[in-house]
Amino acid sequence: MKKILQLKDVSLTYQTIEDEIYAIENLSFYCNEGDFLSIIGPSGCGKTTVLSLIAGLLKPTSGTVEIDQKSPDPKTGNIGYMLQKDQLFPWRTIRKNVCLPIEIKKCKNQLDYKYADELLAKYGLEKFKDKYPRQLSGGMRQRAALIRTLVSNPKILLLDEPFSALDSQTRLTVCDDVYKIIKTEQKTTVLVTHDISEAISMSDIIIVLSERPAKIKSVHTPNIYGDTPIRKRESKDFGVWFEKIWKELHT
Amino acid sequence: MKNNNQFSANHIKYVKRIKKENRIVSISRFALLFFLLGIWELLAYTGIIDSFITSSPSKIFTTIIDLFINDNLLYHVGITLYETILGFLIAVAFGFIIALVMWWSSKIRRILEPYVVVLNSLPKIALGPIIIVWCGSGSKAIIFMAVLISIIVAVITMLNGFLETDENKILLLQSMGASKIQILFKLVIPGSLPTLISMLKISVGMAWIGSIMGEYLVSRAGLGYLIVYGGQVFKLDLVMASTIVLCLLATLMYASITFLEKKIIRFK
Repeated sequence: MKKILQLKDVSLTYQTIEDEIYAIENLSFYCNEGDFLSIIGPSGCGKTTVLSLIAGLLKPTSGTVEIDQKSPDPKTGNIGYMLQKDQLFPWRTIRKNVCLPIEIKKCKNQLDYKYADELLAKYGLEKFKDKYPRQLSGGMRQRAALIRTLVSNPKILLLDEPFSALDSQTRLTVCDDVYKIIKTEQKTTVLVTHDISEAISMSDIIIVLSERPAKIKSVHTPNIYGDTPIRKRESKDFGVWFEKIWKELHT
Repeated sequence: MKNNNQFSANHIKYVKRIKKENRIVSISRFALLFFLLGIWELLAYTGIIDSFITSSPSKIFTTIIDLFINDNLLYHVGITLYETILGFLIAVAFGFIIALVMWWSSKIRRILEPYVVVLNSLPKIALGPIIIVWCGSGSKAIIFMAVLISIIVAVITMLNGFLETDENKILLLQSMGASKIQILFKLVIPGSLPTLISMLKISVGMAWIGSIMGEYLVSRAGLGYLIVYGGQVFKLDLVMASTIVLCLLATLMYASITFLEKKIIRFK
């Protein structure tokens, strides 16, 4: 297995006028190609900060972050970032939204646009491509947002509580939908969430973080039977894992 | 469009009710106008009110015709339109650029903030004498006044629009490796289009205030001049007639921006 993502002794300190905030302390973990890794922890513990570090939007105060043995740089298009809510631009059609990463890139390539169209067709958004985001359902918009992250063919997908803005019904189906697409595209994924069942139903590896400054509390590899999140939720092991991680988080 | 017979009776009833209400509203608007004009005309005609002071709709109408034929109404309209539109365009263009600079650099924004606050609270009309001394008593002074009155509000409105850009969307673009220029052109400016439209609407009203104020102070031509002149020689017919023309022009300009809004913003 190839280690695609590695964090070594990463610490991050924020400066404010009043204080110095220790957000992350000596965080080390790695992720193999194709893994689905979840980071879970109490709110405000700096989970999103970890994603910003991996994305190269923040530099660690000490320690190293490496993607494919290189320190991360947003310009390479190595990562695809998916945020809370779909963040589609309301004035762009779905196709233009999906092609946004191509426009940002320095050297545009006709093949990139072809790839975007292929993805749209593959995941059933072709007939919506000239529609505006408000004309689509929440689930469809989330799917469009996912395809936007896939367009630059990133090595790692970063998901920052991508389902938190959805209602609980759509949440389960969209979660299933996103999982299937990620598995089809064989993408390495780092998910940040505070939802324990979401983490268990999707991940190969779960990292539980402590309160700030964030340190690793424990690492789990739930090997639950089932090929989709919804199936995994039906499994007997699911409850066992849920209880275990719930206790971890609340002690 | 579906056929009528595909809808339930209830739906047809509902649509009929809405359409009826719309009709009543538009008929009533005109009815109210004609009612007011009629009362005005009647009171003036029977001598209950003194038409020397209040004028009357028929006199206003004949004055407009007379102005048009004998006094070159179009010339005055042209002068005022020229001053207003030029003042409006200068204010909007510079307002937009200044707001952009203030968005781009938070340092410049912080430096300029107190100046903007002071200029915003100052009644610009107080600068009238200074403007006359600097620009002379012609169109230049009036345009300057129109710009001065509209530009500050234009800057403030536009800057607020830029600053309201969703932080998460900026983060998203940064994660794609976007530069600040790209963030500006892909997100901040297109996302502020609705704000731009409301800025245009506010500015056009402000530019009218500026140009008419300016004409009150200095001019020798224009609608503002006609109004002031009419007031000085006690020709209320002239004052009212010019005001009506002004009212129509201002509405027309506002309506053309609303038209522009519908053309540009299709995603809403």
